[in-house]
Amino acid sequence: MSALSRDDVAHLAGLARIDLSDAELDRMVGELGVILESVAKVQEVAAQDIEPMSHPLPLTNVTRPDEVRPSLGAEAALAGAPAQEQQRFSVPRILAED
Amino acid sequence: MNSDITRSSAAELAHALDSREVSSVEVVQAHLDRIAAVDADVHAYLHVDAQGALEAAREVDQRRAAGEELHVLAGVPIAVKDVMVTKGMPTTCGSKILQGWMPPYDSTVVARLRATGMPMLGKTNMDEFAMGSSTEHSAYGPTHNPWDLSRIPGGSGGGSSAVVAAYEAPLAIGTDTGGSIRQPAAVTGTVGVKPTYGGVSRYGLVALASSLDQAGPVTRTVLDAALLHSVIGGHDPMDSTSIDAPVPAVVEAARRAEVRGLRVGIIKELGGQGYQAGVQARFEESVQLLQDAGAEVVEVSCPSFDYALAAYYLILPSEASSNLAKFDAMRYGLRVLPEGVRDPSAEEVMAATRDAGFGDEVKRRIILGTYALSSGYYDAYYGQAQKVRRLIADDFVTAFGQADVLLSPTSPTTAFKLGDKLDDPMSMYLQDVATIPANLAGVPGMSLPSGLADEDGLPTGIQILAPATQDQRLYGVGAALEKMLTERWGGPLLSRAPELTAKGA
Repeated sequence: MSALSRDDVAHLAGLARIDLSDAELDRMVGELGVILESVAKVQEVAAQDIEPMSHPLPLTNVTRPDEVRPSLGAEAALAGAPAQEQQRFSVPRILAED
Repeated sequence: MNSDITRSSAAELAHALDSREVSSVEVVQAHLDRIAAVDADVHAYLHVDAQGALEAAREVDQRRAAGEELHVLAGVPIAVKDVMVTKGMPTTCGSKILQGWMPPYDSTVVARLRATGMPMLGKTNMDEFAMGSSTEHSAYGPTHNPWDLSRIPGGSGGGSSAVVAAYEAPLAIGTDTGGSIRQPAAVTGTVGVKPTYGGVSRYGLVALASSLDQAGPVTRTVLDAALLHSVIGGHDPMDSTSIDAPVPAVVEAARRAEVRGLRVGIIKELGGQGYQAGVQARFEESVQLLQDAGAEVVEVSCPSFDYALAAYYLILPSEASSNLAKFDAMRYGLRVLPEGVRDPSAEEVMAATRDAGFGDEVKRRIILGTYALSSGYYDAYYGQAQKVRRLIADDFVTAFGQADVLLSPTSPTTAFKLGDKLDDPMSMYLQDVATIPANLAGVPGMSLPSGLADEDGLPTGIQILAPATQDQRLYGVGAALEKMLTERWGGPLLSRAPELTAKGA
């Protein structure tokens, strides 16, 4: 992989929903380039016959009995909300006008 | 107990409380006074809950007076890293995006501290969302190393290491994703333990990288760490990755402090070149002490550790980019409206909020993780990193076939100056080169003081690693080494730290 371009970083920031300023973008292109070059070291390892490891424990599915247990009430759940209305989270519009 | 309450270990305080030599209210008040005197300089606390701590102390004093059977640590106060959610205390994770957030529930670790009757003094500073090795990435300003206020206290849990080193708390909770308990311990002359992955519940621990994160004790002695480990460890049905087995016999191992006949492996790849001379010298002296005490020392090779840092800085950002997607300005935390946009959409509000609320390091890692997981690059980066992770775990299996515990220096350097590595992310990342393999494989690790480096007079740390679920071995070796070193020094290493002058004195 060649170095990331400024457009690549802008695209990634969009995917990550971070509205980077121009100055931030300029700085990040260089920094990410250095980091990527360094982490690309993992590609030196031969990949055949190695099972990827996603987790330290050999996990199987963990279940519990399907029983009702106490949970947060609406008031507690909404206590940190930036805005609320009628016991619900109040959010900005989610659709464009067209 | 030491005549100065705040200089006493948790075990000494527990004994003094049990024999009614001192009350929990007195112990808590002594620490609050100490905080008031020195924390303006150290800046280790983000929040101090004097009222809550004193209330909890009064309650435990009453229960003791009524003759109730109490836990050995009942009444001993503690500080909690600000990444653990706490009812009644704000939880910020060192980030502006959570400024002032009051969680509606307690993490399991915090619930266990409360149930044990341990008053919580407050929340400690950290790199934002635990991303960093110096606390300089905290949105609320860095913590200063009590040994030298111009230097870093380690990170991300530099607040927890500093409160313990500065006698602002006898105990603290840390979390360790790539070394955030152990590296701060090393550079502040304190003890820090990352238990086996799954040994301590992650419920209510704000996730950085879910497959790597683990909470653990931050203390001044190995026995104190064992006592705290046994309080916070053990199965929790609220965390599906929690190990369903009793806590290893850590307190017994710390009290036994025995290494005779134990096979101790020195990891060839972690040491020598790239390690500060004083760090390496103190490490070798500690190894010699263990050998003198009857341990059998062997050299082991873990060749894939050379790739650990690279794998870690792909796996961690990948998991973090996903975990931090929940900070979306909709349900809790900061909401910022984009400038100059009429009737902005939820997505625009989200992007503006995340730009305003996250610091540079967090943005860097989210974008790096987004890249590593993106279609077309997944196999070359994240997929390849997962294979390296397997090789590292395999290296541990081989090494633990030859040795009961493994040793290395904890951090390649002593505490560096604040600001020294801020503009060079890769050199900051290198601080964790020796601690990261344990997180990738899930094995437990401890750092304890090994001495002072000749070149700068600053603390150095030695790391002990054990196989998964064998945490007690850390405590047996750690306590034995601590005893020999303390005898050689003529007292705890921390007693050599310069006195902090009280504010206004």
